Amino acid sequence: MHKRAYTGLYIVIAVLAVLPFVLPNSFYVDLAIRMAINAIIVLGLNLLIGFAGQISLGHAGFLGIGAYASAVLPSHFGWNPVLAMLAGALATGALAALVARPIFKLKGNYLAMATLGLGIIINITVRNEAQWTGGPDGMPVPAFGLFGFELTSDKHWYWVVAALLTVSVWASLNLIDSPFGRALRALHGSEVASRVVGVDVVRYKVAIFVLSAVFASLMGSITAHYVGFVTPNLADFFHSIELVTMVVIGGMASVYGSLIGAVLLTALPQALATFEGWETVAFGAILMVCMIFLPKGLVPTLAAKFGKGD
Amino acid sequence: MALLDVTQLSIHFGGVKAVQEVSFSIDPGIVYSVIGPNGAGKTTLFNLITGVYKPTSGEIRLDGESIAGKSPDELARRGVARTFQNLQICMNMSAVENVMVGAHLRLDRNLIKAALRLPSITRRDAELRAEASELMRFVGLDQYLEARADSMPYGALKRLEIARALAMKPRVIFLDEPAAGLNPKETIEVDHLVRKVADSGITVVLVEHDMKMVMNLSDRILVLDYGKKLAEGTGEEIRRNPDVIAAYLGAHA
Repeated sequence: MHKRAYTGLYIVIAVLAVLPFVLPNSFYVDLAIRMAINAIIVLGLNLLIGFAGQISLGHAGFLGIGAYASAVLPSHFGWNPVLAMLAGALATGALAALVARPIFKLKGNYLAMATLGLGIIINITVRNEAQWTGGPDGMPVPAFGLFGFELTSDKHWYWVVAALLTVSVWASLNLIDSPFGRALRALHGSEVASRVVGVDVVRYKVAIFVLSAVFASLMGSITAHYVGFVTPNLADFFHSIELVTMVVIGGMASVYGSLIGAVLLTALPQALATFEGWETVAFGAILMVCMIFLPKGLVPTLAAKFGKGD
Repeated sequence: MALLDVTQLSIHFGGVKAVQEVSFSIDPGIVYSVIGPNGAGKTTLFNLITGVYKPTSGEIRLDGESIAGKSPDELARRGVARTFQNLQICMNMSAVENVMVGAHLRLDRNLIKAALRLPSITRRDAELRAEASELMRFVGLDQYLEARADSMPYGALKRLEIARALAMKPRVIFLDEPAAGLNPKETIEVDHLVRKVADSGITVVLVEHDMKMVMNLSDRILVLDYGKKLAEGTGEEIRRNPDVIAAYLGAHA
């Protein structure tokens, strides 16, 4: 299983390396950057949903904390962007850890409701604290600088995000095929069996929830600096759903499925823009067809069909 | 000294008294069977001792230390392993990975080290994979070393559970109906396997309906009926006990 899994990593690296030289213009570079950012978030979310079998309908909230930390702390308090990003990640991790214990006493629908509520609370906070966040209008984000070097051009952003994506894919593959990862998958497969072999299931659920929340927060910061502007939409419920949809369409418990899901769902609205007003209908229709014919998601279904196994 | 000492153990689910004031003790190194009609409370007793349920009252001691109400992972640390009557296999994993999960507590579970794929982690995992394959051969699953759990037949999965429990390197293993649903040939194989496990020095506690197997294997037998202890003793004593014959064996004769 695992040897073949790493072959995919080389393909990812090759594609990322070649892409900027074949993309015709900056519109596509921008799209590629957005895809890669989403892919990293979805990788983290898939560890939680696909591998550990838990759910979060509030991940955009964590993304929002990171994004607003990177917007508010440097603008209002003159923080270094790197420090602001880390502070956002730390705050997200602390919040996730704090709420995770009570949340993971819940299962199924209740867990979904609790995470949904958490995401909405974060979104409302961001909308209402207008003196800090600009409220519904959002606020500009200073450029990302490190040691006097400022990240401004799309090409530079591309390489940064591509490197982050490569590391994330590698780390996810490593994690899954490790004692930690096996414990995660085992508590998904049979919670009682994993408990009797000694897995402290709550601890593992909390750990992966915090990890995926921190992933989202860091990428929220990156998004904020890259776009140069944040709005509360980044942290809203629909964005949370979009992220979960990427996991499901790409394939639960599939690292490469996460990438495919993120790429497709980032590209789809652009591709459907020509439908003028019908794009939401077309979007919904495509999702429905996917779920009816590929219920396990694109990558696992296709892998099973061609007898490869993921 | 007894390995396991159970005194006046009870659990009530609302008005249902599933286990009532049951007492017994198990010496190390023996095969101890728990028998009784369906609904007698055998699996509930297992769930109590392995920490899945918390007892309403009573005491459970392992090596003299109280373990009543401790969580399953704390019991796993103390060398208590079990299998399940209704299979609890992780179908999202390969067969050998299921066995590897059994070694969870013996491994470095650090998240950061795992994400960085440090050589210490991969080396230990490679050793463990070999060890898990060895255990699969021990339980007679040679042909499934590369299989996915969800592609294996029922009988093989029953043994995979035993292999996973053995990967914990337990001191005592609770087997909940290891032969249920197996054909006669498979049952004999499981009979031999349980013998092998016991011979390796692990104390075996067995719930089983196959009387031939129970009488073959057991050093001592506990009989439960309606959650209460009906009798306890060697196979010969149980066979002759009039209460047992009336309540249980008599039904089959």
